[in-house]
Amino acid sequence: MLRRALPHPLLTLILTIVWMMLVNKVTLGHLFLGVVLGVVIPGLTAPYWPNRPKLGRPLKMAEYATIVLWDIIRANVTVARIVLFKPVVDIHSQWVALPLDLTSPEAITALAGTITMTPGTVSATLSSDGGALLIHCLHNDDPDAVCREIKHRYERRLKEIFE
Amino acid sequence: MYQSPGLLAEIVISLFLVIGGLFGLVGAIGLLKLKDTMQRLHAPTKATTLGVGGCLIGSMLYYLLIDGRVSFHELLIALFLFLTAPITANFIAKTWMTANLRKEDLPPSGRPHGWAIYDDPPGGDPRD
Repeated sequence: MLRRALPHPLLTLILTIVWMMLVNKVTLGHLFLGVVLGVVIPGLTAPYWPNRPKLGRPLKMAEYATIVLWDIIRANVTVARIVLFKPVVDIHSQWVALPLDLTSPEAITALAGTITMTPGTVSATLSSDGGALLIHCLHNDDPDAVCREIKHRYERRLKEIFE
Repeated sequence: MYQSPGLLAEIVISLFLVIGGLFGLVGAIGLLKLKDTMQRLHAPTKATTLGVGGCLIGSMLYYLLIDGRVSFHELLIALFLFLTAPITANFIAKTWMTANLRKEDLPPSGRPHGWAIYDDPPGGDPRD
């Protein structure tokens, strides 16, 4: 019964919190409205996600988010330095193919998003079987080092979170 | 003289606004300076996250320290930005690659199947 009423408890929670943040004040009425939305929307959209990911380990997720935020700050400074101080001819951009250990689509999406937001890399496309990710590096001379860092820093942690 | 709720608070808020503005500017300079579309993608996806981030932190601090209330809108803006920015970058990259690159310009995928913008997925359906 509870499972029917709340097919996706996490989504219900997130929608309620987002609603509370949107109205930007905490009142009982808005909390009620938020919970109603949080119950109705997952119910209506349930047919669109037949196999949804299992998310566990909130601590690992917090650790991952912290690392990514820190890396984004580093990335900003790195890219700003390249943009401001490097002559255009000295910027060696290159494509890097990253073999993936992750298999779940959600985990790969999270990894691709992370790569785009962090130091000098943008994820461009996947191989058509979903086993490799094509990355564009703004300035890099050692493709293997990029792969190693991404695998060690992000992919390993995402694997623990999603799989 | 006008006594503000805290000179220090105002300095800190201004500092975040200036940091935000600087990184926004760097993003714009990057767009102008870099050579091709793929390189240019790096400037807005990175420099602007901290640009917008700085302004958002400044805004949150303003409401917290000067108005004395907690504002959550900034967190939502950051959340939506983090969800949408990589997807936009990915769309632009793919569109540009389809129009300007041939299969031979890219490194091999190291898999039995090539990159998704050129090769069809095995078995007809993309992996779901």
